Amino acid sequence: MEKKLQPILEKLEKEFGTAVSEYRGDTSAVLPAEKIVAACQRLQDLGFELLSALTAVDYWPEEKPRFHVIYQFTSISLNLVLTLRVPVPGIKPSLPTISHIFRNANWRERELWDMFGIKFHGHPDLRRILMPADWEGHPLRKDYPLGYEEPQFTFNYEEINLRKPYAKE
Amino acid sequence: MTDIQEITVQDLKHLVSERAIQGETVLLNMGPQHPSTHGVLRLLLELDGEVVVSCIPDIGFLHTGIEKNMEAKTYAKAEVMSDRLDYMNTVGNNLAYSLAVEKLVDLDVPARAQSIRVILTELQRFASHLVWLGTSALDLAAMSMFLYCFREREYILDVMEMCSGQRMMTTYIRPGGLWRDVPVEFEAAVRDILKKFPKRIDEYEALLTRNPLMLDRTYGIGKLTGEECLNFGVTGPMLRASGIAWDLRKDRPYCGYEQYDFKVPTRTEGDVYARYLVRLEEMRQALKIVQQALDKMPLGPVRSQNRKYVPPPRSEIGVSMEALIHHFKLWTEGYSAPKGAIYSAVESPRGELGVYLESDGGSKPYRIHWRTPSFDNLQSLPAMSKGVLVADLVAIIGSVDIVLGDVDR
Amino acid sequence: MGIEQKLGNLGVATTTLEQAVAWSRTNAMWPMLFGLACCAIEMMSAQAAHYDMSRFGMELMRPSPRQSDLMIVAGRVTRKMAPVLRRLYDQMPEPKWVISMGDCASCGGVFNNYAIVQGVDEVVPVDVYVAGCPPRPEALIHGVLRLYEKVQSMKFAEVKS
Repeated sequence: MEKKLQPILEKLEKEFGTAVSEYRGDTSAVLPAEKIVAACQRLQDLGFELLSALTAVDYWPEEKPRFHVIYQFTSISLNLVLTLRVPVPGIKPSLPTISHIFRNANWRERELWDMFGIKFHGHPDLRRILMPADWEGHPLRKDYPLGYEEPQFTFNYEEINLRKPYAKE
Repeated sequence: MTDIQEITVQDLKHLVSERAIQGETVLLNMGPQHPSTHGVLRLLLELDGEVVVSCIPDIGFLHTGIEKNMEAKTYAKAEVMSDRLDYMNTVGNNLAYSLAVEKLVDLDVPARAQSIRVILTELQRFASHLVWLGTSALDLAAMSMFLYCFREREYILDVMEMCSGQRMMTTYIRPGGLWRDVPVEFEAAVRDILKKFPKRIDEYEALLTRNPLMLDRTYGIGKLTGEECLNFGVTGPMLRASGIAWDLRKDRPYCGYEQYDFKVPTRTEGDVYARYLVRLEEMRQALKIVQQALDKMPLGPVRSQNRKYVPPPRSEIGVSMEALIHHFKLWTEGYSAPKGAIYSAVESPRGELGVYLESDGGSKPYRIHWRTPSFDNLQSLPAMSKGVLVADLVAIIGSVDIVLGDVDR
Repeated sequence: MGIEQKLGNLGVATTTLEQAVAWSRTNAMWPMLFGLACCAIEMMSAQAAHYDMSRFGMELMRPSPRQSDLMIVAGRVTRKMAPVLRRLYDQMPEPKWVISMGDCASCGGVFNNYAIVQGVDEVVPVDVYVAGCPPRPEALIHGVLRLYEKVQSMKFAEVKS
């Protein structure tokens, strides 16, 4: 673990009760959902100016927690990298927004709503971003099918040809 | 197949100004098929005459579901899809994926493979900046730049084809090293490039840099300060043109970059012209890095000897039983990674390209997320384009250097 | 051949109407700029100086569908983009042709999932498929020449009214 990260982690542990772990040189801290806005504001004051990534992982069929939302921060002035993980339950998943602190969280949270169905309270413009606006379902969830279509080889060429929707003129 | 959606002003009333609802300004669609949007980007412009009052990007027209598709393939097969994300920086995408997998499974990479990786990545950076220069100059109506840049690009694509057999989607850089060693003609071809290209960059500078038309169209347009850039999550040449010298190759080095001596160009104005100068200087520095890497290239193997992750050479399979078993296991079920999650980032020509890779102990990535730079860079477009003319908006989009495969994944 | 022997060097050529129409169609076929993804870069390379497509009549690419005859669908078509593609195809005037460039446009390519239309022939009728990921500029030019052969063999009775 990098030495300059140690005092920051101690502050986080004291103020927000985080659980810190390390894997292959990456440090990550787990904290509960209610404290995420205050923690992000504190990290921005401590020198983490850049929100590098905001993504989520789906652990279906585990229900509690079903999602882990991952915030990746980079500090340019201190040359440090830190990850925050927030567990989110599967029934009506929601989190407070941080788009007023880091403006690139605006589209990233829209992407999480689109792909996972995680709502963000206080987000100014929560609508689908990557899928068409009337799409149903949240594609990156583990119970959403891949949409795999059977490839057409020579042995099943005719039967697939009959049901393939070719375009009319 | 869904139908095209009709959007009215009422749907977007939280994003457009008051005057649109009253009908004073016009909502115009700069649609997904447009010569200047560099791909399938849809912009909803609120126009007062020719002046843009607000600009709302609508993305997702190239969303390929790569992240979900990679979860269904083994680690080796998923790399093929990583080329197709940011299709201008295919070698860089492979490098980001390989570094992430190597970090996750703790795999070593020999020194010769590292230096060849650096050479190919920097050549790819040069090629990506050439396409940027050609297409954004084409948008500003300097049409011959397009032809010059693509002529230069052919030399680099010849080198890629010589190494891997494919011009663009090479999949040459794999976890553990490279696919195979470079052929004997590689060094001569790269030295030829290093001899010719500096003069070509001088030609481009002579054509564009002090050109009064270029200055009129790009100087003072689309300014972003350093703090705004960081707040928007903007990285790469845009951030460096606004004054903040953050380059992952220098500050968080990977792949042996710490042994090469190169400058990170920075400027302070933060407008379209500054970004142009930064990228042009980056092209020169890329050639400098390639020169050093080529001179210092050590001899040795190009793949790790760890047979659990890297297949053995074909000649060994006939004589060694273990090699055969390793080959069989790698080809049928693939290697499995230990349980855990990592984040690893490289510097692509557009900014910070990061990979968040999580494994549950199986042979397929449980969750892979690509932190692509153009997604965040594009978020700053509405802020940069308040009160500009539509022609300036085209210049600004060109300077952001988005690649829609990167934005939509 | 009889009348040509009599006319000699007067600078008169004889041909059928179909051949003349096919000659004029193929010698100046303007493609519509429809580059979506990676194949678009190879299409731009084919248009650039090294593999020049203007030798085959495609001097420029028209961004407007109303002024083009050929749509080269270069790249992967997503479900969000498919209605836009159909609308642009409908806006092109007759006679029009479609080249499906690359694996993703022909059959879905590497991507067999929820977001990509598995073959652009589900959306528009395709005349020539060019395979490759991405196809080399020479492969695209080969596809264009096959399209020209197809156009030259078109009979007027087949033309849609």
